[in-house]
Amino acid sequence: MLARPSFWMIVSVTLVFAVLPLATGDANLRENLIIIAVAIALASNLNLMIGYTGYVNFGNVVAYGLGGYIGLYLTTVTGWPLLAAAIGAGIAVSLFTLVFGLAILRLRGAYFGLATIGILEAVRTFASNFSPWGSAAGLYVSMSAYQPLGGPMRAVWIAYLAVVAVMGISMLLSLFVKRSKFGLGLFAIREDEDAAVVLGVNATVYKSVVYSISAFLPAVVGALIFYKNGMIDPGGAFDLSLSIEAIVMLLLGGRGTVTGAVIGAALYEQLRGYLLTSPSFTNFHLVITGGLLLIIILFAPEGLIGGLYRLLPRARRVFE
Amino acid sequence: MFDGLLIGCVYGLAAMGLSLVWGVMNVINLAHGVMIAFGMFGLYFLFSGFGVNPYVLLLPIIGAGFVCGVVIYWVAVHRVIGRPILTSLLSTFAVNMVMIGLGTTLWSTSPYYVDFTLAGITIGRYTFTGDHIAAATAAVIMAVGLQTFLYYTRFGKAIRATADNRDAAELMGISSAQVLTVSFGLGVALAAASGGLAATLFPFTVLSGGAYQLKSFVVTVLAGLGKPLGALAAGILLGLLEGAVTPFIAISWIPLIEFGLFVAVLVLFPSGLFGRAG
Repeated sequence: MLARPSFWMIVSVTLVFAVLPLATGDANLRENLIIIAVAIALASNLNLMIGYTGYVNFGNVVAYGLGGYIGLYLTTVTGWPLLAAAIGAGIAVSLFTLVFGLAILRLRGAYFGLATIGILEAVRTFASNFSPWGSAAGLYVSMSAYQPLGGPMRAVWIAYLAVVAVMGISMLLSLFVKRSKFGLGLFAIREDEDAAVVLGVNATVYKSVVYSISAFLPAVVGALIFYKNGMIDPGGAFDLSLSIEAIVMLLLGGRGTVTGAVIGAALYEQLRGYLLTSPSFTNFHLVITGGLLLIIILFAPEGLIGGLYRLLPRARRVFE
Repeated sequence: MFDGLLIGCVYGLAAMGLSLVWGVMNVINLAHGVMIAFGMFGLYFLFSGFGVNPYVLLLPIIGAGFVCGVVIYWVAVHRVIGRPILTSLLSTFAVNMVMIGLGTTLWSTSPYYVDFTLAGITIGRYTFTGDHIAAATAAVIMAVGLQTFLYYTRFGKAIRATADNRDAAELMGISSAQVLTVSFGLGVALAAASGGLAATLFPFTVLSGGAYQLKSFVVTVLAGLGKPLGALAAGILLGLLEGAVTPFIAISWIPLIEFGLFVAVLVLFPSGLFGRAG
């Protein structure tokens, strides 16, 4: 692991993310970077499903939103410290997806994709009707909840650093899974599920485990982000377009590659920044995202990194 | 309860288009819901523009839906036929996003409704609203029409042959590109028609298509693929179920129940409730 260039690239990117805003104390820079860090974390974890296993998860934002809800509930109502709440949210969401995955991942391919759209709707319905979570109005963080971390100003910085750490762990996880026996099993499922089963890959267990793993870190990120934002509501937490944006990022960069997820996420967020700054584009950005997605799928299904691999076959070793 | 049965016919019609496309080309059209919504808006604008009977307006909507379907097929679907299912899911989803984006830009997400009612029929203690009955009748007529088309015409048989085995159909001299284009067009036309019918019953927004799409998935997996009358029956079943549970639980919980049903059916009866008989 330590001999791989990708490992050191991941470490240095994470360090830059952590040090740069701290050194300058620039809050604007921090806000821009946190959006990118969240995008990278979501896209990297989604990559485990879409890129490695070949299963499209339209409801990937469910883990993020559920993590946010559970995290906020734990910090505000039961008074857990932030990090414990975030990890608790991650574990709870992972267990939920594991159980759920064992039930629905017997479904193959497209049926699973449909089920993930359904689960997004279902969880959103649940959150807007469940009164301990504030029903449709959502949950709020009171100012006093930031006190244990030394007031809101410091709490925001701590949340930022935690998100950056999770981003780093997400990238390392992608690299680690890619180079493990488990990862090879996933690739086998992606290429030909029947053949993989015949060769002794327990597909249902593999798929459920990767589904559950890919939910853990997004849930932690969700808990941190919604704590930092101070509020959560069903529409914001379970937003289908965020799910889809993660898919677009992944395809833009190149699915199945660690670097692709990162580059796609960073590029897409830049693009979106441009589109959102002009108010007439706010609705229209869906059209552009959709159009971009369509073009990538039809004409460049391997994404940017796939193109790089074709130009420079040696790049495959460096940018995994 | 009886109302559920009538609304169920519309659900069935909404699902037929999805089921046809899914069955024939093995593409799950995720732009189905947004086409239902466009059908609703089509009816709304034609109705407020010309003030003709909305059931007459269904004909131009079906025509426009067919044209839209053919265009979507050639732009987004034709290239991904035969590629992994993931690809066609994503490409139809991309179409869905583009259209929803256009819809929200043009019409915002505020609710619209078609100001049209038919006199109801009163039998004993119950009153059945006229527009529900008319919508159900229109849905049944279209379902029977589609069934007849698929089973008793030459082109319909070609569609079913392509659904069974595209290579073999091609060898028998059936142009599969033509068949796929027509089926996709028909699928979208049916979506638009059901949207038009639903618009006469309920208020709607650009995003309402999503709810009908979820219902269509439930109906399609209940009915099995490519069976119009099966879809109608499953739609009625779903409508009845909704009618039966609403007195007991809040209406906002319904998507959760439908989704539970969807997963349960997929896991327990992978070939649909009517899978064997059809």
